[in-house]
Amino acid sequence: MAETIVPQEHEVAHHFDDLEQEFQSHRMGMWLFLASEIMMFGALLVGGFILMYRFPGAFAEGRAHLDWRLGTINTFFLLTSGYTMALAAMHGQRGNQSAVRRNLWLSLLFAAGFLVVKFFEYSAKFHHGTLPGKYFTAAGFSDPHAHVFFGFYFVATGLHVLHVLIGMGLMVWCLFVSRKVKFTRAYITPVEMSGLYWALIDLVWFILFPLLYLVG
Amino acid sequence: MSAHQENINYLKARKGFLNWIVTVDHKRIGLMYLASIIFFFIAGGTYAFLFRMELWSPLQGFMTSDTYNHLFTMHGVIMVFLVVVPGIPGALGNFLLPIQLGAKDLAFPKLNITSLYLYWGGATLALFSLTQGRADSGWTFYAPYSLSQNPAVLWMLTAAFILGFSSILTGLNFIVTIHKMRAPGMTWFRLPLFVWALYATGIMQVFATPVLAITLVLLLVENFLHIGIFDPALGGDPIMMQHFFWFYSHPAVYIIVVPAFGVVSELIATFSRKTIFGYKFIAFSSVAITIIGFLVWGHHMFVAGQSDVAVTIFSFLTFFTAVPSAIKVFNWTTTLYQGSIKLTTPMLYALQFLFNFTIGGLTGIILGILSVDIHLHDTYFVVSHFHYVAMGSTMIAFIGGIYYWWPKMTGKMFNETWGRIGAVLVFIGFNVTFFVQLIMGSQGSPRRYYHYLDQFQIYHQISTVGVVILALGLFTALFNLLISLRTGATAPQNPWGARTLEWTHAATPPVLYNFTETPIVTEGPYDYPVEKV
Repeated sequence: MAETIVPQEHEVAHHFDDLEQEFQSHRMGMWLFLASEIMMFGALLVGGFILMYRFPGAFAEGRAHLDWRLGTINTFFLLTSGYTMALAAMHGQRGNQSAVRRNLWLSLLFAAGFLVVKFFEYSAKFHHGTLPGKYFTAAGFSDPHAHVFFGFYFVATGLHVLHVLIGMGLMVWCLFVSRKVKFTRAYITPVEMSGLYWALIDLVWFILFPLLYLVG
Repeated sequence: MSAHQENINYLKARKGFLNWIVTVDHKRIGLMYLASIIFFFIAGGTYAFLFRMELWSPLQGFMTSDTYNHLFTMHGVIMVFLVVVPGIPGALGNFLLPIQLGAKDLAFPKLNITSLYLYWGGATLALFSLTQGRADSGWTFYAPYSLSQNPAVLWMLTAAFILGFSSILTGLNFIVTIHKMRAPGMTWFRLPLFVWALYATGIMQVFATPVLAITLVLLLVENFLHIGIFDPALGGDPIMMQHFFWFYSHPAVYIIVVPAFGVVSELIATFSRKTIFGYKFIAFSSVAITIIGFLVWGHHMFVAGQSDVAVTIFSFLTFFTAVPSAIKVFNWTTTLYQGSIKLTTPMLYALQFLFNFTIGGLTGIILGILSVDIHLHDTYFVVSHFHYVAMGSTMIAFIGGIYYWWPKMTGKMFNETWGRIGAVLVFIGFNVTFFVQLIMGSQGSPRRYYHYLDQFQIYHQISTVGVVILALGLFTALFNLLISLRTGATAPQNPWGARTLEWTHAATPPVLYNFTETPIVTEGPYDYPVEKV
């Protein structure tokens, strides 16, 4: 059984000189990737602001149909999972393997909580017909462009949820790695990188949440 | 792996087709990029050849107007997304970057093969779109052309999206490699200028491409859901789509041409046997072009409706990009001065580049003039301008680079005479094809027209003759290289007497991990011995 596998020290890949160089490279690569992601979400948000400017009525009316309480609960879930991811990385550096795994599980749990809330939000919208573009069937909206708001809502939160799913995949991957490799002060790369990625997901949500649920 | 295997050349270290497909060796990945890009260059070129034949006559010739629209769209998409954007970084950059730094591989070898798989995936989708109808939106995917729910266009959008990620990952890999993988003694100002160029390119790939990605996603969403983002019929804003598109695609022009600057810097220094003039100016001007390049996108839209303030700023910044570009041209020319110039095949391409890039750059300045652009916008002048940059500069430098590094990559010397004949034919063919387009564009001939006015027929015919010469030259160049694989003499380690690490420290062809021991760098890349006059 796999239970008998004892975690080993991480081996440096053939093309690196030492652990330090390997870690520095991975960290820099991750930051560049995050920069790239920020450009992508940044462009999307610019598009959102322009739409908001063009259709202020639709955005005001659409916002009134979102439940800020559910958004707040989700903000809490994401913030807390960000905290536990940071704890996982910290415990990894101290070589505390079981605390790493515990915090990864906690992060997964809060991330799943986010998805559950999101699921109820989405299903309510399907129920009411507040859907993007041509699928918009809801009655009782006075602004003829209300469907634009829900179009942007679904594109932006959908892309964000996709990132949440990828982030959870990374946590699961870290849990697998933790069975085979010992985390030490010098080697914490998988957890640290996944944590950085998760921080981006937090960041994007902190902009989406007020933009979609609160402003105005 | 045994020590023995590490010390035999990378082409023989591991045998079998499968070992090529799953390799993480940057040299093999570079060669696979090279083969793929040559394939698509021939495909994209064939499209151009066909519609240039059609344009021989101002009326319908052997194809319908729909076919014509489809052909120029395919030519544009293939040449931009599958040839010139990934071209020099994918093929030459992958092969050379780690060797020029004195490293064993790129920082992320698995990510590197992932980039290639994404390239193949995107390429496959682009080809698949051919079976789904006729993409006819032009390569720029402007709304509302791209919002017609034409399945071929939708597949093409998806292909471009995937290819974007290939480009982002390549750029990311290169930047990290340059920062973290340099050999002992390889300081920033001992980097070959090709490396500086790839660094600047990497920044643009990482920061500009994601904006294209989201634009393409929004176009797909608009096609499927009819939200009203870009579609004017639904209250959307097609100009917003153009802003988003050019925010990527103007930097993309520099993603295309900046690596060519790097190649040419190597060629000119080597074949002048002189320290390159103004090393730091050439290096930093690439970075300057990168930064300014992010701020000029509006010059593609001078007639699309922008405020007077916006167009004035965009016009000014467009002029401003000419400064670092001119710095480069002057430095290369000064490097030639009193150099010990050898007119080898690669050098002939480098000199062509200088000629073509000067025309391509200066015509860009003309287009940046607000009043003049109203007349020249959407004419053949624009077509000719960007072909002078993308084909006349980038592809010419690319071919020159392939010739220059061919002995290193394959271990074979090519036939110099046929190489030079090919280079001269390419020069003549290219300029015959595109110079007349400047003339007819200045007279107002619109681009992308299927039926054109009779008065432009003579220019179209000259251009078509030029394409035949160009094709002849390109095939001469290609066959010369392919024949050398069978009959070429074995290449020595440093046939050109160059000073960069791939020539001075790596075997020909390089061993599996590039060097038998990590080189220690003690001098600059162009420190040629000073000869007394």
